[in-house]
Amino acid sequence: MAKEDLRYSEDGRLLFTKEMKKKYKILLPMMLPVHFTFFQRIFNSIGYDTELLTSTHPGIVNEGLQDVHNDTCYPALLVIGQMVDAIKSGKYDNDNVALMITQTGGGCRASNYIHLLRKALKKNKMEHIPVISLNISGMEKNSGFKITLSLLLNLIAAVLYGDALMLLANQTRPYEVNKGEADALVQKWEDKLDMHTLKVRHMKKYLKAIVEDFDKIEVVKTDKIKVGIVGEIYVKYSPLGNNNLEDFLASEDCEVVVPGLLDFLIFICDHKIDDYKVLGVDRTKAIIFKFLTNRFKSMQNVFIDVIAASKNFTAPTRFANIKKLIKGYVSSCNKMGEGWLLTAEMLELIESGVKNIVCTQPFGCLPNHVVGKGMIRKIRENHPEANIVAIDYDPGATKINQENRIKLMLSIAKYNKSK
Amino acid sequence: MAEVKNANNEKLNIGVDIGSTTVKVVVLDAGGKILFKQYERHISKVREKTVELLKNAKEIIGDNYSTISLSGSAGLSVAEITGIDFVQEVFATRIAVDTLLGDTDVVIELGGEDAKILFLSGITEERMNGSCAGGTGSFIDQMASLLNVSLAELDELSFKHELIYNIASRCGVFAKSDIQPLLNQGANKADIAASIYQAIVSQTIAGLAQGRELKGKIVFLGGPLTFLAGLQQRFIESLKLVRGETGIFPENSEYYVAFGAAYESIGKKVYTYAEILDHFEGSKRASNTIGTLPALFNSEEEYKEFAERHSRDTVNYLDIANYEGDAFLGIDAGSTTTKIVLITPEGDILYNFYASNSGEPVSVLKDRFIEILNLCGDKIIIRHAAVTGYGEELIKSAFCVDVGIVETIAHYHAAHYFNPNVDFILDIGGQDMKCFKLKNGIVDSIMLNEACSSGCGSFIETFAHALGYEVEEFAKLGIHSRHPVNLGSRCTVFMNSSVKQSQKDGASIEDISAGLAISVIKNAIYKVMGTSQASDLGDNIVVQGGTFLNDPILRAFEREINKNVTRPAIAGLMGAYGAALYGMNKYHVASKIENRTDIVSKLLTLDELDKFTHSAKIAECGLCTNNCKLTVNTFNKGEKFISGNRCERPTGKKLHEEIPNAYDFKLKKLKYIIEQKDKSNLARKESRGTIGILFGLNMFENLPFWFTFFTELGFDVVVSKVSTRELYIAGQHTIPSDTVCYPAKLMHGHIEDLLERGVKTIFYPCIPYNFDEKAGDNHYNCPVVAYYPELLEANIGRLSQRQHDDESIVPEIKYLTPYFSLHNRRFFYGKAAKYMKETFGIKKKNEVIFAAQRAYSAYEKYRKEVFEFGDEAMKYARDNGKGIIILAGRPYHIDPEVNHGIDKVITSLGMVVISEDCLRLDKKKHKLKILNQWTYHSRLYNAAKIAERNKDINLVQMVSFGCGLDAITTGEVKDILEKGDKIYTQIKIDEINNLGAAKIRLRSLIEAIDAHKEEVI
Repeated sequence: MAKEDLRYSEDGRLLFTKEMKKKYKILLPMMLPVHFTFFQRIFNSIGYDTELLTSTHPGIVNEGLQDVHNDTCYPALLVIGQMVDAIKSGKYDNDNVALMITQTGGGCRASNYIHLLRKALKKNKMEHIPVISLNISGMEKNSGFKITLSLLLNLIAAVLYGDALMLLANQTRPYEVNKGEADALVQKWEDKLDMHTLKVRHMKKYLKAIVEDFDKIEVVKTDKIKVGIVGEIYVKYSPLGNNNLEDFLASEDCEVVVPGLLDFLIFICDHKIDDYKVLGVDRTKAIIFKFLTNRFKSMQNVFIDVIAASKNFTAPTRFANIKKLIKGYVSSCNKMGEGWLLTAEMLELIESGVKNIVCTQPFGCLPNHVVGKGMIRKIRENHPEANIVAIDYDPGATKINQENRIKLMLSIAKYNKSK
Repeated sequence: MAEVKNANNEKLNIGVDIGSTTVKVVVLDAGGKILFKQYERHISKVREKTVELLKNAKEIIGDNYSTISLSGSAGLSVAEITGIDFVQEVFATRIAVDTLLGDTDVVIELGGEDAKILFLSGITEERMNGSCAGGTGSFIDQMASLLNVSLAELDELSFKHELIYNIASRCGVFAKSDIQPLLNQGANKADIAASIYQAIVSQTIAGLAQGRELKGKIVFLGGPLTFLAGLQQRFIESLKLVRGETGIFPENSEYYVAFGAAYESIGKKVYTYAEILDHFEGSKRASNTIGTLPALFNSEEEYKEFAERHSRDTVNYLDIANYEGDAFLGIDAGSTTTKIVLITPEGDILYNFYASNSGEPVSVLKDRFIEILNLCGDKIIIRHAAVTGYGEELIKSAFCVDVGIVETIAHYHAAHYFNPNVDFILDIGGQDMKCFKLKNGIVDSIMLNEACSSGCGSFIETFAHALGYEVEEFAKLGIHSRHPVNLGSRCTVFMNSSVKQSQKDGASIEDISAGLAISVIKNAIYKVMGTSQASDLGDNIVVQGGTFLNDPILRAFEREINKNVTRPAIAGLMGAYGAALYGMNKYHVASKIENRTDIVSKLLTLDELDKFTHSAKIAECGLCTNNCKLTVNTFNKGEKFISGNRCERPTGKKLHEEIPNAYDFKLKKLKYIIEQKDKSNLARKESRGTIGILFGLNMFENLPFWFTFFTELGFDVVVSKVSTRELYIAGQHTIPSDTVCYPAKLMHGHIEDLLERGVKTIFYPCIPYNFDEKAGDNHYNCPVVAYYPELLEANIGRLSQRQHDDESIVPEIKYLTPYFSLHNRRFFYGKAAKYMKETFGIKKKNEVIFAAQRAYSAYEKYRKEVFEFGDEAMKYARDNGKGIIILAGRPYHIDPEVNHGIDKVITSLGMVVISEDCLRLDKKKHKLKILNQWTYHSRLYNAAKIAERNKDINLVQMVSFGCGLDAITTGEVKDILEKGDKIYTQIKIDEINNLGAAKIRLRSLIEAIDAHKEEVI
């Protein structure tokens, strides 16, 4: 769009307007392959032209290093590096392109990613590219991009399907007789899901169908070492962020257990209720988010019930039960970053029999000092069998150092198993 | 493969441990007897060396079948290539200790680059150092080369120590910046040697044990702990062990990993000797996992053009023997090297010197001065001498050098000589990196490498040596590199492991040399300067410092910024050359003013030099709570030079006036509140009990609040003491995350302090939301401040007892971490009343509300006094013509152990110090480019705006290492200041107790402010 057509908010933020919605291509960062593919599909089906950035080449890190302060967390460096790298690639018409980035809000510096992205654009003389905040807290409104309740529920359904596919594939893949069948099923359902299937009322039916499909895969259940992955939300999930951690663990003959994304989203909504109850912060928000929390929880229940009813798969723990686990560790008001949920996920894994855990975080991650590394000692005191390794991710950290430490964790896992 | 067992052949077990620096091979027989063992450095030729050692064992292996496993950090990739079994080294250690020693509680193993700890009794636990950790063999190597002694000498020296300094142990880079100034100040090498070992012990306790107590029978393994008796001694003393009983240094301790690998191989696949060798020799190179970059020079012509272009920036040399007349002496007493030049009034060089100071700058210079004065004889008169660099003050007083100048000014003078339009200077020296922008001949902004990012000369040198090259030779190799390896651009510790990885991937030395050059440059540009566009730097760039004599580095810089730059041929001497030029200026000015031509330098004469003696003694100041460790240098005439001090008090110089200092004021004010209440407590009839409060983090500013609250309710409040290094060490063993900021780490010590004083109830609330000062989008505390109370509970054994489900167990310590928000008064009243009832049985709601009201008033009163102090301080400054520095940080930076006395350094330079919280907040929200959602940070931005608008106010920002939020604030504060043409000065603080870098920044800033002033006049 021409310069004179650009519109700004009162505080000087470049807006994504209705006009732009018609013409612009929106680039989305990639965090979880399945989930974000669904997001893209949803956005496209309601009139946006979006594209998922799947690039992984080393130039991304270099670009990130140039664009953001090196001490900023690694996820910011990667996401911003990936976006700037994309718009510099010449592949897009930069006068008709916008960027979308998730924004969680809250006291962690992650809520500043979007601002760092804008600074990076300015640094590269591309401040005419609008940045859209994807959040559920009502931050940064744009006339051209609105999250309505129905869109939100669609997105949550997409998260659920993503979580389901991830969980079923993780539980199947290490044991399948014909390699590749689980991934093929993920692909099949990825293609099959659309706005119709994403309707909340259809969820149960399709989830059942997915489970049935996975049930048909021929497996030989052997006693493999199970390794859980927890951590800062981006490095926990993104292969770009964690040096393909899931693949590495799979190559070491482990079953990988990754807690789903939905818990994190419920967590974001849920802590607003505690914020009001315990700290007296924002009553209105608490009411709205109580509604959302309940809605999401009931959607999660549908998903868990379907999995629990199957005979071959282990269902994840319900949010309300996860939250109970933190008693004696941290308060449910500990909400910055992944907050209490990170501690809870470690405990949930251990209680469900996954004793080996990789706790991932960007180097110097502030909340994880407390809820990640800070809680390991106590968790082990109460669960001596827990085998947790904390791994830092950062542009300079070498894969070999990380893998050596993970191998130590795996050696201990094997030793514990043989006992 | 040969699975058929030959009954006549015994089965042997071979263990190979390939560490980061050494290879160890052991061959055991079926009974576990050692038939062969060998230990050698591999100088990164991993596979070749392993094969060599295996060949040495050929006779012994003979035609026996053997099982074999590999272990060690470099063993992993070799195992992948050869297909031989791999055993993780920590695990191997555990097997070896179980087999050979049995009942052991703790194993500590230090290797070349890794450090490991195993807890074998109680909850078993195995851990390795994280990615940001020193305290290993390579660290000791580096330190020995810094001291210019062999490992054996270092070890011997350590036994002769009288005193131990605090040396940061987290990583080598940190330690260096602690040790270097000690050396320059003339501290005793024996003391430093022991301090280096002590740093390793602390690192082991803090970084490795992370909260678990080291007790019972402790076994020490690995090369350094085998060979260095002094290091053993430090562990024994620090952990209070009895050698042979609780502190075990077993025989063959350097082979334990290899033993473990051998044991682990038992029962696995068997090989003949020939087959083993086949596996090693037949294996192909691993595929490259590290990316490569474009070559630095595409052709020989390109290099020639480059070399020719840079050969133009030279200085004339004259033979001193043939010269008669005036001369000017410049000395650069750098951190690792000493540089001297003697020039004529035309700037021609008569004499120059560049060498390592071998940790003894005074004696090196004495010899050189004698040489120079002899060469000068009667025909050359030294009119003026100037000294710059780290050792400036010491050298100035030792040899009566006429003037001392800050490094930045010296470098500017030299650069100006080569390019009068110079607007940007980048200097990469042995230990430090400086860059500064110049505007109209005034230093405009300075960037120095921070403790965690030094990719400087000595790093390359150490690396070249490790690979068996001299640094010049190593640099030349990079010119011919076709595919430089991509090593990233972080701190040197990370680069180290990247280099190691690329070696394992089979990268050539040429490619590593070029790759290192590119990394050093990227580190400088993106990390130190924090820039992304070449145009940000300037148009007339001069690069200097010895490191730029390395052509690949120079080339990499030009490539990265896409511009040609000037590199004077005397790049390594620029500091000294600039000092000489500066001295010449001074001389001319003085001659003009005094209207005489016979001014001569006061430098010591030959006779005086002949009799010159120098000795250094360590003392503790004790005049204030900083307790500076002083080095008292005594020169022949009994003249003393004291270093290590922050303020002028120990030097005996009389202070004319007390310059206002907000840091001092705030700390005194808070202490006063505590003392006052102590007195009034005595009068109270009945106490409701004792409550402990920590004197750290947000509790500093909130102290008036909580102290009043509990005192009003009739509690005896005990506040932990002001932080000291000792207090930190007392709590160090319970810190779970070694990358958290220092102010947070100190909290562990504060808990210990309260526990030691018998306090049974400790109140440390979680406060996610701070007071709302309406100056930002939100009013958070940072995650560490908000939730650290919970971390303490989970990691300090005595605090975590309340978690038992069994309600009948009454915990020894009542550790309370309730969540409160203070910004909403009415909500607080209700919540506090409920809380006090449930926790302390205080039933009267009104009593609690009354106490809370008093608490709010006390907080407001304190804040008001701080504001008023700010007003008065600024008025004082303006009335007395003094500059004002906003030393900006967080309220908890008033902790003297956190700010290390930087405030006092500034007042000693004659400036008034105020802090960000002295400044009233502009209620009109500032438009910022970032999300302004933390209360403390909003004050920071407010302070920056005020500095931007006021001519006489400048801002210096203190930033804690590891503060993730300051990665965001620094950029913003800098932007604000630069809008107002203000110099942004940042000082990184951590446990390091070294003010050298801070002083350079502050002095340069003050020089620049003065220059600005003159300009205005």
